[in-house]
Amino acid sequence: MTAIAASQPSRLGRVMKAIGILPVVLLITCVLLALYEPRFLRTSNLINVLRNASFLAIISAGQMLVIIVGGFDISVGAIVALTSVSSALSMAGLTSMGVESAPMIVFLGCLGGLIPALIVGVANGFFVSVMKISPFMVTIGTMTMAAGIAGYVTGGTPIYDMPELFTREIGRGRLMELPYVVYAAVIVLMVLWYMQTQTRLGRYFYAVGGNEKASRLSGLNTRKYIWLAYILSALLAGIVGIFLTARVGSGEATLGSNLMLESISVAVIGGVALKGGVGRIQMVALSAIFLSVLSNGMSLARIDSKYHIIIIGLVIIIAVAAESYRENRRSGHV
Amino acid sequence: MNATSTGPGVVSTPGTPLVEISHLDKSYGAFKALEDMQFELRPGEVHVLFGENGAGKSTLIQIICGVQNYDSGEYRLFGEALTGLTPAMAHEKGVSIVFQEFSLIPDMTVEENLFLGHEMTGGWRLAKSAMRAKVQSVLSRLGFHLDPAARVSSLRRAHQQMVEIAKALLWDCRVLILDEPTASLTDQEAAQLFDIIEQLRDEGLGIIYVSHRMPEITRLADRITVLRDGKYIATVNQCDTSEKELVQLMTGRSFENFFPHIERTPGETVLTFDNVTLQSGLAENLSFEVRRGEVLGFAGLAGCGKSEVLRAAFGLERIATGRITANGVALEKHNPRKALSNRICYFPSDRSTEGLAMHQSLTFNSTIAALDDPVFSRGKTLLNRRAERGFTEKMIDKLKIRTPGLTAKADQLSGGNKQKLMIARGLSREFDVFLFDEPTVGVDIQAKLEIYDVIKALTEEGKAVVIASSELAEVMHMSHRVLVMREGHIVGELDGEDVTENAVLSHFFDHESESQAEEHHAP
Repeated sequence: MTAIAASQPSRLGRVMKAIGILPVVLLITCVLLALYEPRFLRTSNLINVLRNASFLAIISAGQMLVIIVGGFDISVGAIVALTSVSSALSMAGLTSMGVESAPMIVFLGCLGGLIPALIVGVANGFFVSVMKISPFMVTIGTMTMAAGIAGYVTGGTPIYDMPELFTREIGRGRLMELPYVVYAAVIVLMVLWYMQTQTRLGRYFYAVGGNEKASRLSGLNTRKYIWLAYILSALLAGIVGIFLTARVGSGEATLGSNLMLESISVAVIGGVALKGGVGRIQMVALSAIFLSVLSNGMSLARIDSKYHIIIIGLVIIIAVAAESYRENRRSGHV
Repeated sequence: MNATSTGPGVVSTPGTPLVEISHLDKSYGAFKALEDMQFELRPGEVHVLFGENGAGKSTLIQIICGVQNYDSGEYRLFGEALTGLTPAMAHEKGVSIVFQEFSLIPDMTVEENLFLGHEMTGGWRLAKSAMRAKVQSVLSRLGFHLDPAARVSSLRRAHQQMVEIAKALLWDCRVLILDEPTASLTDQEAAQLFDIIEQLRDEGLGIIYVSHRMPEITRLADRITVLRDGKYIATVNQCDTSEKELVQLMTGRSFENFFPHIERTPGETVLTFDNVTLQSGLAENLSFEVRRGEVLGFAGLAGCGKSEVLRAAFGLERIATGRITANGVALEKHNPRKALSNRICYFPSDRSTEGLAMHQSLTFNSTIAALDDPVFSRGKTLLNRRAERGFTEKMIDKLKIRTPGLTAKADQLSGGNKQKLMIARGLSREFDVFLFDEPTVGVDIQAKLEIYDVIKALTEEGKAVVIASSELAEVMHMSHRVLVMREGHIVGELDGEDVTENAVLSHFFDHESESQAEEHHAP
C-alpha cells in the first residue's frame, strides 16, 4: 500500500507540469514576432508593451484574488473610471482652492481617487460575503453605479487642471528608461507572490476558494477573506486608474472600459481556475505580458483592431478548454 | 434489561467529565433535532454514539465542536459552562473532530490541509520546514503512508480519510470526535486506526465515536449512548450489553432476522459482459451475466474494481475491448442515456457528487430521471407538478423517508434518507436492471433494513439486481450469486449454498501477496 501516485511522468512532462505551457507559448510568440516584424524589438516598442502589460498585470492581480476565493469582479473597469474622475476632480478642486504645494495636491488627489475605489470594494465584499449574493450580480450592480456616478459628475467632458507633477512626471516620467507603472507592477507582483507562497493569508485565500465549508470547519473566518479579496481588487483597480489618468493627462469617465474583460481574460489564460482555489500571481503576470505582446504584434502587423478582439476571444476559449481538459483527465471521469 | 443506565450524577467518576451535556434542546424550525439530550464524556474512554439516521447524533457532535448552536440547556466543556462556542474556540480548547463528509480542500496538498487554520509561522512567514517535520512525525506515528506534498484531489478516498484523521490528531487534543471514520477504509486500514484509537484512549483522551458497525463498537466502546428520534434513550456499559439489546434500544423494536430472505427465480438474461476491459485499466477481462429474479453480488476490497464494473454497465467508464449486451442488443459507445433507455438504473456510492442535486427539493430529485414519462408531463413540454408531488408523497410513505417536507432540500436529509431518495428516483420509471454501488454505505441499521426490503421487493418482482459492496456480510446474505474481484479481475464465482464467508474470503487475498503485505506492515 503506497499513497504516492504510481505513475511517474517523464522528465519533460514534469518540467512542463511545473512551468506550464504559457511561458513556451509566450516565447514562441515573441520569437515569431521578432522574425516577422523587426520593429517589435525596438526599445520604444518593448517599453510600450511593458507599460501595457503593467497596467494589465496590476488590475488582473486583483481579479485573480477574487477568482481564487471563488468570485468574480465585474466592477474593476468602472472603478478605474471612478478613480480617474474623482482623483482628477480632487486635484482640480485643490488647485482652485489655492493649495500651492504640488506634491500635496498629487498626494491628496490620489487619496481622493482611492477612497471611492475602497468604498466600492467594501460594498462588493459586504454583499458577497455577508449577504451571500452572487458575486456576478453584486459587481454588475456596483459597476453600473460606479460608471453612472463617474459619468454624471463629469457630464461627459474630460477634467484637466491637474499639476504638471502628476501628468508629466508620474504619467510620462521614466526611471532608468522604464515608466513608473512598471515599478508599481513589479512591487505589486512581489508583494502578492510573497503573500501567496509565504503567508497564512495567501493560503487562506486558496482554502476559502477551494472549499468554503471545509475552511469554516477548520476555524477560518471565511467572510473576512472573501471580503478582503474584493477590497484588494478594488484598490488595485484604483491604482491602475490613477496611473492611467496620469498617462492620458485628464480624468475621464470612459477610462478602462475594456479592462474588466481583459483582466478576467488575463487571469484565465494565466491558469486561474474559475471554480476557485487555484491561481498563481507569476502566471498571471506572464499572461498579462502575453496578451500585451499579442495585441502589440497585431497592431504592428496592421491587423484591424476589430480582429484583435476576435483573436483574443479565441485565445481565451482555448485557455479555458485546456483547463477543463486537464481537470477532466485528472479526475478520470468520462 | 440488565444494562446500567448511568445518568449524570448517578455514577461517581474520577475527575471532572470532559464533556457534560444536560437538558439540551435544538430545533430547526418545527423539526426538533434534539430534545432534553444528555451526554457525558470522561477522560480515557471511548464513548460510542449509537442511533438511527436523524436520531440526532450529527447534531449532537456538531454542538460539541461548536459548528452548531443550541437553543436551551447546558453544555459544559472541561467543567466550564459554554455559550456561543465557535469551531475555532473549540479547537483551541482541545476538541478535534474527524468529519464524515470530507472537510479537505481538494486543490491543496496534504500538508497544507493538515495545517489549515493553524499554520505555524515565524513572523510573517510560514514556517514550512517546521510544518513538514511535524507532519512527518504525525504521519509516522499514525503509520499512514502518505506523501505530504501530494494534492488531496489525487488521493483515493481511503487516503483522504487518513488525511482527515491526521488533521484531527496533528495538535494535542483532549476530546476527539470520530464520525464514522471507517466508512471508506479497508479492513486493514481500519484495524490500524483502531490501534491508534486505543493508544489515544490510554493516553487519557476522551473519544466520541459514531458508528453503525457492530464489530467496531464491540471492539472499541467503553460506554454507549443510544439516541432515538432526537431523544436520549440510555447510556450503557459495553461489557454489560449485547448487540441484540443495542439494536432493540435503538429501533425500539426487536431484532430478528437481519437480512431478508429473497426468493430466487432466475429468468432471462438481461445484461451480459463479454470479456470487457476498461480503458482506465481498473477492471479487465470481465465476463458475466445478469439475470432477472436474482441478486448478483460483487465482493472485494475497496479499490478492487467492483464499482468500476457497475459504472461500466451504466456507461460511465470507457470500454477498451469486449462487449456489453443488454436484452440481446450490443451497447456500442455506451453512455448513461443509452443505459436508461435500456432500462438500466444505477445508484452511485457517492451520493453528494453523483447522485443527488443537493440544493434541489425532494420532488425535483425523485422525478428528475422520469420527466419524459407521460405520467409526469402534460403535453410534450409542461411538467405535471401534481403527479410529481403525488409520486414523491407515495415514495416518502413507501420508503419511509424522514423529511421535514416535500420542499426540503436533498442536503437536509441524513445519509440513509438520501439513499432512499435515490431509490425513489429509481422507482420513478420502469427499469429491468438495478445497479447498487455500496447501497448502505454511511447508513444506519434501520435504513439498511428498509433498503434491503426494497432490494427484496425488486428482485421478487422479477427485476435483475446487482450489488457491489465492501461489506462482506451484506454481499453474502443479499446475493444469490457472488463474484469476487481482486485487482481488477474476477477471481471467483460462488453460487447459492457455496456463498460462505470462508469461500469468499479465500478469494479476497492472493495468498502470496497477502504474506507480502503482512511483511510490509510489520513494524
